[in-house]
Amino acid sequence: MTRHLRVDGPTHDDRLDQMAQGVIGQPLNRLEGPLKVSGRATYAAEARPRDLAYGVLVQAAIPAGTVLDIGDAPGALAVIQDKRMIRYAAQGLDQKGPTSGPDRVEYMGQSIALVVAETFEAARHAAQTIAVRYKPEEVPVDPESVTPELPPKKQSAAGDVDKAMREAAFALDRVWRTPSQMAAAMEPHAAIAEWDGDHVTIRAALQMLSSNRKQMADALGIRESKLRLLSPYVGGGFGSKLGINAEAVAAAIAARELGRPVMVAMTRQQVFDLAHRRSETRQRIRLACDAGGRLTGIGHDVLVSTLPGSEFTEPVAQATPFTYQAAHRQVVHAVARIHRGCAGSVRAPGEAVGVTVFECAMDELADMAGIDPVDLRLKNIPDVEPTTGRPFSSHKLAEALREGAKRFGWSDRRPTGQRAEGEWFIGMGMAAAVRVNMLQESRARVTLVQDGHAIVETDMTDIGTGTYTILGQLAAEMLGLPPDRVEVRLGDTQFPPASGSGGSFGAASSGNSVFLACEEIRGQIAKAMGCNEADLTLQDGMARAGNIVRSLSELVNGTITGEGHLQPGKTEKSHRQATWGSHWAEVAVNRWTGEVRVRRMMGVFACGRVLNEKTARSQCLGGMSFGIGIALTEALEHDPRDGHAVSRDLAEYHIPTHADVPALEVHFLPERDAYVGPLQAKGLGELGICGAGAAVLNAIHNACGVRVRELPATPDKIIAGMDP
Amino acid sequence: MREFTFHRAASVADLPAGATIIAGGTNLLDLMKLEVIAPEALVDITRLPLDRVEPEGEGLRIGALVRNSDLAAHPTVRRDYPVLSRALLAGASGQLRNMATTGGNLMQRTRCPYFYDRRMACNKRDPGAGCAAIGGVTRNHAILGASDHCIATYPGDMAVALRALDAVVEIDGPSPRRVPLADFHLLPGDTPHVETVLQPGEIITAVILPAPVGGQQRYRKVRDRASYAFALVSVAAVVGMDGGRISHAALAFGGVAHKPWRDPEVESLLLGREPSDALFHEAAEILLRPAQAHGENAFKIPLLRRALMATLRDATGMETTA
Amino acid sequence: MQITLHLNGTSHPLDVDPRTTLLDALRHHLGLTGTKKGCDHGQCGACTVLMDGRRINACLTLACMAEGHDITTIEGLGTPGNLSPLQQQFLDHDGFQCGYCTPGQICSATGMLEEIAAGWPSHVSDSLDGPYDLTHAEIAERMSGNLCRCAAYTNIVAAIRQAAQGTREDAA
Repeated sequence: MTRHLRVDGPTHDDRLDQMAQGVIGQPLNRLEGPLKVSGRATYAAEARPRDLAYGVLVQAAIPAGTVLDIGDAPGALAVIQDKRMIRYAAQGLDQKGPTSGPDRVEYMGQSIALVVAETFEAARHAAQTIAVRYKPEEVPVDPESVTPELPPKKQSAAGDVDKAMREAAFALDRVWRTPSQMAAAMEPHAAIAEWDGDHVTIRAALQMLSSNRKQMADALGIRESKLRLLSPYVGGGFGSKLGINAEAVAAAIAARELGRPVMVAMTRQQVFDLAHRRSETRQRIRLACDAGGRLTGIGHDVLVSTLPGSEFTEPVAQATPFTYQAAHRQVVHAVARIHRGCAGSVRAPGEAVGVTVFECAMDELADMAGIDPVDLRLKNIPDVEPTTGRPFSSHKLAEALREGAKRFGWSDRRPTGQRAEGEWFIGMGMAAAVRVNMLQESRARVTLVQDGHAIVETDMTDIGTGTYTILGQLAAEMLGLPPDRVEVRLGDTQFPPASGSGGSFGAASSGNSVFLACEEIRGQIAKAMGCNEADLTLQDGMARAGNIVRSLSELVNGTITGEGHLQPGKTEKSHRQATWGSHWAEVAVNRWTGEVRVRRMMGVFACGRVLNEKTARSQCLGGMSFGIGIALTEALEHDPRDGHAVSRDLAEYHIPTHADVPALEVHFLPERDAYVGPLQAKGLGELGICGAGAAVLNAIHNACGVRVRELPATPDKIIAGMDP
Repeated sequence: MREFTFHRAASVADLPAGATIIAGGTNLLDLMKLEVIAPEALVDITRLPLDRVEPEGEGLRIGALVRNSDLAAHPTVRRDYPVLSRALLAGASGQLRNMATTGGNLMQRTRCPYFYDRRMACNKRDPGAGCAAIGGVTRNHAILGASDHCIATYPGDMAVALRALDAVVEIDGPSPRRVPLADFHLLPGDTPHVETVLQPGEIITAVILPAPVGGQQRYRKVRDRASYAFALVSVAAVVGMDGGRISHAALAFGGVAHKPWRDPEVESLLLGREPSDALFHEAAEILLRPAQAHGENAFKIPLLRRALMATLRDATGMETTA
Repeated sequence: MQITLHLNGTSHPLDVDPRTTLLDALRHHLGLTGTKKGCDHGQCGACTVLMDGRRINACLTLACMAEGHDITTIEGLGTPGNLSPLQQQFLDHDGFQCGYCTPGQICSATGMLEEIAAGWPSHVSDSLDGPYDLTHAEIAERMSGNLCRCAAYTNIVAAIRQAAQGTREDAA
C-alpha cells in the first residue's frame, strides 16, 4: 500500500524525535563508505559487459554553422551522426530531450558525431583526426555585445529605487562581474549502453533518474518502459549531471547500430565544453539606507547569458526579494543570447553568485555608513517576506549572525589594514547565507523482512550527498532496527521514481517518501499488534505497545512492504521557505604579490532537522570550499573571438586544492521547520556556497583595503588596488 | 594519440634514429593524447643508468633521469643549492615530481592554451599557421622576449633555479657537447617551434652545477592558487652579502618569457651596492624596460616588479613585513 | 604488444596497444576500476597508484613502461571487510563524499607518509632539513596533487593526521 502526503500544512508533531531507535541525526559513517574507500564502488564507466566497444565524441571546431560532411575514420567500427544526437545537455527536471540534430553547430566544441572502435585508443585517435567540413556562420559570443532580452516574469519593482537613492543618507551603486564557472565534478560524464531486443539499459552518471528517463526516451524516440537507467554511484554532480548529455544518447544510438554494448566517456576537456556552465554575470547593485543603517532601497540589475532557445537562465537575484527589508526595490533580469556553451545549473544556481555579490555590497555599505557589517544585517531582517507579505516557514538569520560572531571572535576584528603578520595583511570578513528551499515529488518503497532487516528502494541517487546513509537511518529509526539491518538500493529506474539529487531538495524529498513508506509499515505492524500506530514503539527489532512486547519476526509473515509518496503542496506558496546561515573568514593577503590565503573559515547553518550530523557537515564543508573557489580561483575564460572555453582542463580551471582550504568549521543551529513535511528537514547541499565567497572577499578588504568586484580575486586584481 | 612503435633503449649510444625520447612522460603523453605532438616512434630511456647525483669537481652532476622529487630531497642539493630544492618543490604535485625527470623537465613545452588546442592556429605546432593567442586569452603569456609569432612562456620552475645557478647541460650525440643552460632554451623569434638547441639524434644526459656559491637562496613563485599551478611569475635568487654590500647576485625569472629569463645588467647594477628600496626599484626598472604587455597579461609587469622587490629585500636581510 | 604487469603482488600478462596507459590497462583490460580517470592529464590525481612504493599518476604512465615495476592500486591496500588504517580513517572522518577521488587520495596519502618518513621537505616546510611536523599546512600542501570537488579536504587532512599518529604510536 502507498501512503500519500501532499504538504499542505504544518507538521508540528516531532515524530522522528519520538522514535526509540535513536539513530536519526547521529553522525554515522556512510553506509557505502567501505566500498568507496576500497575502490569497489562502481561508477558509470565501470561495468565491463562482454564485447564492449569504445566511443569518443567528435566536437565542432567552429562556433556556429552547418556540418557539411564528416570523413571516414580508418580503423574505426563506425562513425555515427544520427539526427537524434543532442546538441547540449537537458536542464534539470526537463520532461523532454534537449534540441537534437548534430549537423547544426551552436557553439564551439558541440558534439557532432561519435566514433566507435574496438579500443579506446583507436576511437580517440579517429575522433581527433577525422576530417569535418563546415559552413560557418558569424554569431555573437560576448554577452555585452547584444541587446538582451528582459523576460517580463523575471522583472519586479516596488516603490522608486532612484528616489530612495537620491534621498538616502548613504547610497551605494556599484557593478560586479563574475565569470563563467564549472561544476567540474571529479567523475567525467560517461555512459555504457546495452540493448536487449528493443529494450536498452544505460549506465550513466546522472543525478535525477526519473526525469532523465523521460528525457532519454524522448531523445531516442522509444517508450520509457523500454529504457532502464542505472546510476548506483555518481562521482559528483553539482548540477552538471541534472540532465542527460551527449555521451549517453550517443552511446545508446551506437550500441543499437552496432548490436553490441558501447561505452562513451567524455574527456575532461569535453566536460568543460559540453557540461553546462554557470553563466557569467554582470550585477549592478544599488543600496540606499538612512543614517541608522536601515535600508530604504534595494536594486539588483543582472545580466546573464545562454544559447538562443535555452530556457534556463541563472536566477541571480532569486534571494534578493526576501533577504532584507526595504520599501523601494527593483530586480532587473536581462538575458543575452550568445553562442558560448550552454548555461545551466551549477551548485546553488542564483544564490552562489547572487548572494555572494549582494553580500559584498552589504559590506561596502556598512563600511560607507560606519556600521558594523553584522549590525547592518541585523537591522534589516524582515518579519515577513517583503514583496508578498508571506510569513517565513522559519527564519534563523539573526541567530546565525549572533552565534557566528560569538564563535568566530568577530569582536577581535580590527579596522581595515590594521593587522599584519610578516609580509601578510590579516583581515576578517563575514556574510549572510541564504538559499531558497524546495521539495519535489518523490516515491520510495520499503520492505521489512521477517528476519528483522529492511530494504529501501527508490531511484534516488547518492552523488556524495549521503543519501544511502540518511535513507538507511530514517528507515532504521522508523522501524526500530539497528542501521546495519537496513539495505538501501538506489540509482535504478526499476525502483519507484524519486526527486533525484538537485536543488538541495533530494534529502528532504526522498527522505519524506521513505518516512511515509515506513509509516505505512508501522500501521501494518500496529494492526498485527492490535494497537494504534501512535502507541507503537519499535526498537532493536522488537515491537512494544503498552505491556505487549513481540519481536518483528513474530509479527512479519514473510515481508511487509510499504510505499511512500510525497508531493509538495500548499506550504510551497503559503510560506517563504529558505535556509539560513552566516559565513566567517579570516584571510592573509600578501603585501607584495597580492596572493590570498584563507586562514580560518566558519559557517553557521540552519536547515531544519539534521538527518546525519557527519554527512551534513561534509556537505557544508564542500559548499564553503566552492565559495573559496568562487572568491579566489575559478574562471572559465572564453575566447573573445569565437567564445570557446579556453581554460578547459583542470590545470587551467583552478578548483581549490588541499592547500587552498584551511580546516573549516561548521556549526548547525537546532531547528525544526514545520512547513516542509514530516521530517521537518530542509535542503543543505547548496547553502554552504551561498555567500561563502563574500566572507572571503570582505575579509580581503578588511586586510588590505582592496575591493575586488571582478571575480575571482587573483593576485593581479589585488595588486591593482594596492600601494606600489 | 597516433599509433607509434615502442622501443626500450639499450644504451645512450644506441638510440633508434628518429624516435622521440620518453622518460617521465608527464608532458609528452599529455601532449600526445591531444595529438599536439604525434611521434611515430618512442624510445623509453628510463632503464638507462642516468639516474645518479654525483660530485663533479667542486660541483654536482645530476643525471638526466634523476626524478624531480629525488633531486629536491637530495642532501647535497638541499645544503648547497637550496634554491633548486625550493623551485622543484614549488612545481607540479608530489605524484608528478616522482615521475618527472631532470632532462625531461628542461624539454617541457609551453602551457599556452592555444598551443594545447588543435582547433587553434599555433606557430609552434604548425609553423606559419599564425598565433591565435595574440588577441585571445593572454593572461599567462610572455612579457619579455616574445615575438609577433609567439607569446608563449616556458612554464617550468626547476630550470629557473638552474639558470640562477649557472647550470650547464650535458648533451650526448654524434658530437657530445656541453651547453650553458643560458643558451639551451631559445627565444621564439620567427621560429617558435624550435625551442632548444637540442638536435635530432641528441640526448640530454646530465645537468652540471658549478661549485656552490652559498649566499641567500630564494625561490618565490606567484600563482593563481596556493599549490599545483603554474607560475604567473617566479623569481630565483642567489644573493651574497659582504660587509653590508651585495657581493653576488644571480636572478632568474620564470613565467615571463619563452625561456628562464636573466638580465646581466640587473645583476651588475646590484653588485657592490648597499641594499635599498631605491636600488631595487632601479633594478626592476632595468629588468622591465623591454617588457611588453599583450592584453590581459599586463599585470605581470607590476607583479614581477613586486616579486623582485620582495625577493631582494628578503635575500639581503631587509624587512618584507606588511 | 605483450607485457606483464606486477600488480598488487600478482603477475598479469596482458596484450595491449603501446598507446595504452597504465590507467586504461587497469580499468579497461584488468577490470580494476578502483583507480579513477578524472582528467587523464595529470591534473587531478584521481588515478594515483604506487609504483615501487612511490605515488605516481597512472594516466601519464604507459602500461608498457610500467613493466618490471611493482604496482599497488587501491584494491591492493585493503578490502571492504579489511580496510587499511588510512582507509578506516577516511571512513571515520568522512574524508570523501562522492568517493571518486578517494582511491587516489588514499594511495597518494600512503605514498606521502612514506615521503615524510624519508625526510623529504615540502614547499611549505620552513626548513629543508626536517623533521616535519604533520601540521595541517604540511599535509595539505603535500596532498595538493589530489583534487576533491566535493571538497572533503578538511576531513581528509584530519583522517591522514589521525592515521599517521596511529602509525607513529605503533612504532613507538
